[in-house]
Amino acid sequence: MSTTDLGMPAVRDDSRDTGLPTHSPAGQGHLRGTTSFPRAARTELADTQLRRNLGKATGIIRAKRAGVVAELEDWEDLRLAGSAIKADVMARLPELLEQLEENVTARGGTVHWARDAEEANRIVTELVRATGADEVVKVKSMATQETGLNEALEAAGIAAWETDLAELIVQLGHDTPSHILVPAIHRNRSEIREIFLREMPDVDPALSDDPRALAMAARAHLRRKFLSARVAVSGANFAVADTGTLAVVESEGNGRMCLTLPRTLITLMGVEKLVPTWSDLEVFLQLLPRSSTGERMNPYTSTWTGVTPGDGPQEFHLVLLDNGRSAVLADPDGRAALHCIRCSACLNVCPVYERVGGHAYGSVYPGPIGAVLTPMLTGISGADDPNASLPYASSLCGACFDACPVRIDIPNLLVQQRAASVESHTRPTAQDLAMKAAAVAMTSAGRFRAAEKGLGLGRLLAGREGRITSLPWPASVVASHWTGARDVPAPPAETARQWWERTGGGA
Amino acid sequence: MSAREEVLARLRAARDAGAPREAPAPVPRTYRRTGAHAPGSPAVLDLLTERVEDYRARVLRVATDGEVAAAVARCLAEAGSQRLVVPADLPAPWRAGFGGRSVLEDSALAPASVEQLDGVDTVVTASAVAVAETGTVVLAAGAPGQGRRALSLVPDHHVCVVRGEGVVASVPEGLARLDPGAPLTFVSGPSATSDIELDRVEGVHGPRRLDVVLVG
Repeated sequence: MSTTDLGMPAVRDDSRDTGLPTHSPAGQGHLRGTTSFPRAARTELADTQLRRNLGKATGIIRAKRAGVVAELEDWEDLRLAGSAIKADVMARLPELLEQLEENVTARGGTVHWARDAEEANRIVTELVRATGADEVVKVKSMATQETGLNEALEAAGIAAWETDLAELIVQLGHDTPSHILVPAIHRNRSEIREIFLREMPDVDPALSDDPRALAMAARAHLRRKFLSARVAVSGANFAVADTGTLAVVESEGNGRMCLTLPRTLITLMGVEKLVPTWSDLEVFLQLLPRSSTGERMNPYTSTWTGVTPGDGPQEFHLVLLDNGRSAVLADPDGRAALHCIRCSACLNVCPVYERVGGHAYGSVYPGPIGAVLTPMLTGISGADDPNASLPYASSLCGACFDACPVRIDIPNLLVQQRAASVESHTRPTAQDLAMKAAAVAMTSAGRFRAAEKGLGLGRLLAGREGRITSLPWPASVVASHWTGARDVPAPPAETARQWWERTGGGA
Repeated sequence: MSAREEVLARLRAARDAGAPREAPAPVPRTYRRTGAHAPGSPAVLDLLTERVEDYRARVLRVATDGEVAAAVARCLAEAGSQRLVVPADLPAPWRAGFGGRSVLEDSALAPASVEQLDGVDTVVTASAVAVAETGTVVLAAGAPGQGRRALSLVPDHHVCVVRGEGVVASVPEGLARLDPGAPLTFVSGPSATSDIELDRVEGVHGPRRLDVVLVG
């Protein structure tokens, strides 16, 4: 048995099926905001409270991560292995998925496939309906955020209770997530206290803003829900193809509650979250906790394989989601974005993210990885597409690559996506042309050398002051936006390459 | 086409269209697959103790299996526990210090209800493996003395007995000893959250108090 007939009406029109790599359809889920990044960032930057909250939180997590990463002498070896395992997964993805399906099915689980967000939401909604339940408890899951599952369930009259503390804060605050790991990172303790006082019916009016007191309020609020829930919905951090095992990594025990107590468990997972073998987890269970929460190990990791008689859910459904991933896989360089294990280390080190926060990106995947993954999943429909501006939400400083536990070359992918963004425009702008030229130059050492030769000309323009205040045509057209607001330092007399050739490295 | 056929067709086409010019290199397994200390060695038990305590859990060291009961009794007394739950196959000698407390026995065939579990103070279990470097104790559901997953989850206090021979240094050594066929729970300290200003707070939905009795 590979798939299950749910007795659903044939609501899907499959006449558009092509069997070819496909972007996430427009208008579904939460992969696209309504305004471009620069415009949204301007609003967010005006919020000084937001900047203080983010600066404090990302500062703490950066220090913790650096400490536990430095503890492992083989950190670089783990990163190399993690990167290679994921490259291997991409090269064998269809076969590994079929293997996963076979093993989950053999252990009493049922596997479903979803082309896109709407189909995934419909499958989950029907599965919940079939149990007769009108509410579900949820483990934090980026995949269900991506598809907008909560809204779909609500529309079907099913209440979805987020149980992760940060997701709960977002849900009760009628807010949207702004970070992959800590969706309420933009809220400080006193804001959270106000949300709890307003939204939790039984909360003690004398609740303080001490994080411990707030965590205890969440415990009390959700306890009855956990103990009585009949259906849970989760995501997955990893799925092991050769055993059919799923893994969820968490801290609070809300994940264990959802994965253990209800009778029915529904897991929605992007197709890329596979590892080939059980022993491959030895790499990722070291990389993920240290990169994400800055701990040697997160408090709880649960693994399960299908259904275990007498223990935990007796009905298990796994929904495998494409929603644009096939389009990303079709890009030889871009497919590395599918290696992402959602640790959020790149967000925490990004100077752009730290200042604007996650909402400005419009997508559930913010920060450096979101700025490449989001436009790759959705495609860029033209100059007016808000996702067209995402690849520019970066200074290309490279901190994201250094922090990435699976060595995704995010800066390089950002440059490539800038070129893709340019190609999608009907009328290229000056910045587009410059970026396209940069993308071409940077992808070849020979071309880069040629581009550097132009530097000598720059010194003539700079004059005695050593600053370039305006550029002659045609450069003035291309760069006028830049020099209109700031001076450009004159290029040095020789390039690093020329210096090396002349001096042999200064020896 | 079914969704399954369509998604697999898309992924096959994408896998080929996006294939890198060179086949991916074999996975370099140059990372450490064994830790600095031998399994069960005094050094590895010391490291486990340090790392578990770092999560603000408590570790009680005893030399022999015969001393487990007294250590468990101490944990129960200090937590003020009156009502206990244990897997039905928890070793009898470990129970010698339970005194007159009420003890609920749980098994897959005669499972306690969630409400019953919510009414007990403490669960006492064995464990499958412990990883010293990360301060992690692993429970395999259904394995001797480890019980169903709900047992070590609903009660607010977990006393977990770890035998020295089950303690390894590194994550790879730990996973190699585990069978993923049974549900596994990796426990590294009491439940915790960092969701408020990324400040760590111990004790949320899972047991807020974790005591490890380490034998050896």
